[in-house]
Amino acid sequence: MEATVIPNPKDSNATILLMGLRRGGKSSICKVVFHNMQPLDTLYLESTSKPTNEQFSSLIDLSVMELPGQLNYFEPNYDSERLFSSVGALVYVIDSQDEYLNALTNLSMIIDFAYRVNPKINIEVLIHKVDGLSEDYRMDAQQDIMQRTGDELLDLGLEGVSVSFYLTSIFDHSIYEAFSRIVQRLIPELPSLEHMLDNLVQHSNIDKVFLFDVNSKIYVATDSLPVDIQTYEVCAEFIDITIDLDDLYIENESLQEKSTNRARKNNYDDANNTNPNLNRNTNNGEMKELKSISHLSNGSILYLKQMIRGLALVALIRNESIGNDEHELASYNATSEKSIAIVDYNVNLFKESLMKMWESSRFIQNNTVRS
Amino acid sequence: MSNASRKKLLLMGHSGSGKSSMRSIIFSNYSAFDTRRLGATMDVELSHLRFLGNLSLTLWDCGGQDVFMENYFSSQKDHIFKMVQVLIHVFDVESKLINKDIEIFVKSLTNLQKYSPDAKVFVLLHKMDLVQIDKRQELFAIMMDKLQKISNPYQFKLTGFPTSIWDESLYKAWSQIVCSLIPNINLFNSNLIKFNEILDAEEIILFEKTTFLVISSTASIKQQEQLQLQLNQQQLNQGDRKTVGDSSRQSLLRETSTQNDVANEELDPKRFEKISNIIKTYKQSISKLRTNFTNLIIRGSNGTTFYLDILTENMFIMIVLKNQNEVSANGIKTNQNEELLVLDNIKAARKWFEKIENSK
Repeated sequence: MEATVIPNPKDSNATILLMGLRRGGKSSICKVVFHNMQPLDTLYLESTSKPTNEQFSSLIDLSVMELPGQLNYFEPNYDSERLFSSVGALVYVIDSQDEYLNALTNLSMIIDFAYRVNPKINIEVLIHKVDGLSEDYRMDAQQDIMQRTGDELLDLGLEGVSVSFYLTSIFDHSIYEAFSRIVQRLIPELPSLEHMLDNLVQHSNIDKVFLFDVNSKIYVATDSLPVDIQTYEVCAEFIDITIDLDDLYIENESLQEKSTNRARKNNYDDANNTNPNLNRNTNNGEMKELKSISHLSNGSILYLKQMIRGLALVALIRNESIGNDEHELASYNATSEKSIAIVDYNVNLFKESLMKMWESSRFIQNNTVRS
Repeated sequence: MSNASRKKLLLMGHSGSGKSSMRSIIFSNYSAFDTRRLGATMDVELSHLRFLGNLSLTLWDCGGQDVFMENYFSSQKDHIFKMVQVLIHVFDVESKLINKDIEIFVKSLTNLQKYSPDAKVFVLLHKMDLVQIDKRQELFAIMMDKLQKISNPYQFKLTGFPTSIWDESLYKAWSQIVCSLIPNINLFNSNLIKFNEILDAEEIILFEKTTFLVISSTASIKQQEQLQLQLNQQQLNQGDRKTVGDSSRQSLLRETSTQNDVANEELDPKRFEKISNIIKTYKQSISKLRTNFTNLIIRGSNGTTFYLDILTENMFIMIVLKNQNEVSANGIKTNQNEELLVLDNIKAARKWFEKIENSK
């Protein structure tokens, strides 16, 4: 890795554009997912008047752009063409508790425009605020919206466009789930990441493993087994608990320590980017790395280990040997200790390859830029 | 293991002041948000709680509407105020009818003095989150001053806490209330200190298992000891104020003690309550997997290691270790050995603490 680290041109594609009619809940989504705001506090958000842009450096350098609802995108002085051509995903928020026919017309116009400018754009529709709808009505609403959008697109002659729909609410974990899916579609290395995680699962007795972005609780990747929402919730909360406890005993440290800690919580490490910082990290690597293990009374183990660039690996490890030799508690402890050692070793391997993958994606980019 | 240690706690205060909310959060695992669903308490609601195994508490949650209140002070007074160990009186800081609140408080003090004069009295100034942050301390001081004056004729010493269900202050208050009821707390303390001598930990904290209230911690023990030391010094000071040489030596003593203080004070003073809160959240979160946790080991980002483990049937222990040997050639290996060592130490300590618990 040389000093000439040019921002990866691919990364400019990792921009998420958040659109929708006014009062659809766009700013609330941003605040809850990326700023850890309490859902109830979003009631007091002001109406957004200007496009906002925010940067998050996770495994990819993600940026989220939010457009005000009342904006007219088709005014000639507004450079929507350039905007849409540089965006990786378009997220359109529909308020499901409101009359949504207007929103659907608006949506199809935007899709029409965006798709002509940039055919590679991912179009995602959040059917939002479903917490207020009853269980049956949710499915009906989704069906109806999907049907109508399909019809509208057919009328505009855009059959080929694939649009994904998500039922979301900021009061439960559905919004994180939806955003996880959206972000995952922007990561070019996702298939190999998933493959690596599958390998890890197979060889370490792991039930489920997530690669989390610590700041936002979005999972960047998981193994190929279906996601159980409860496992996700427990794992996400496990990160919070670990960080909260760790922070309590840091306050008497020097200011520098404090600031590095804060950096860890936010979008830390562009540090890995530059060489001197990289060296420092590897020097104290063993000490600085956050790790936590919790044994549960049903024999499972929750395991967390910090990875690079604000990521953390959280796994639920099952224990097979329980049941037969419950009486031999000592031997059970020994086996669980052994299985953790194996997991530790495998996770370290995973971390190394994650680092390699991240560096090589940069490196290849540099070469192609030069040639 | 006798059942003689049944304690009666009275929870009183005007209606709407938040009595039942407190009870639900501390003893029934409600979240602060859930308490909105609670309705008015009718008459007296009894709840029996087992705390630390054989200490059983009966919490009398007394509904605060006027109709019930009048009943308590007239026809039911001997029933209500007999054999009371602890009176917890809750004041709503937002209440418009302060005089009426105080009137009720005086009435209950009168009855308490008549029927159970040895009771401890705690006053909680509740809903503090509704007061501006910079005014909280002042308001609390004024109120406590006033209430202490009122209760002076009845010879009760008040202990007051500012509380709110939205932060950790509630845990702090209840942990002190409940700790005042544990009979052999000194035995726990002395054993905890001994254990710490072996481990040389940054801090050790004991929690009750179901409520996660703090029973004891090395820091609080040290604080008590220092208070004792300072008291002794003051007495000494008064005794031989004339000898100059002595006083200089004492100031030296004081200096060293303040140095110790500083080391402790640099940590977050609210950390115990925060830990209680965090672990309780964890417990609730784990319950989604229909299980509970037996231990939790966190290797922190700056060399601090946390161990949370079951100590006895009714207690959890939390040990915080600062890593001393920061530059070791094979860092990982020593760390792992240390982990096992500490866990083994906890196992060994279990026997002692179980003995204390059963000796009641």
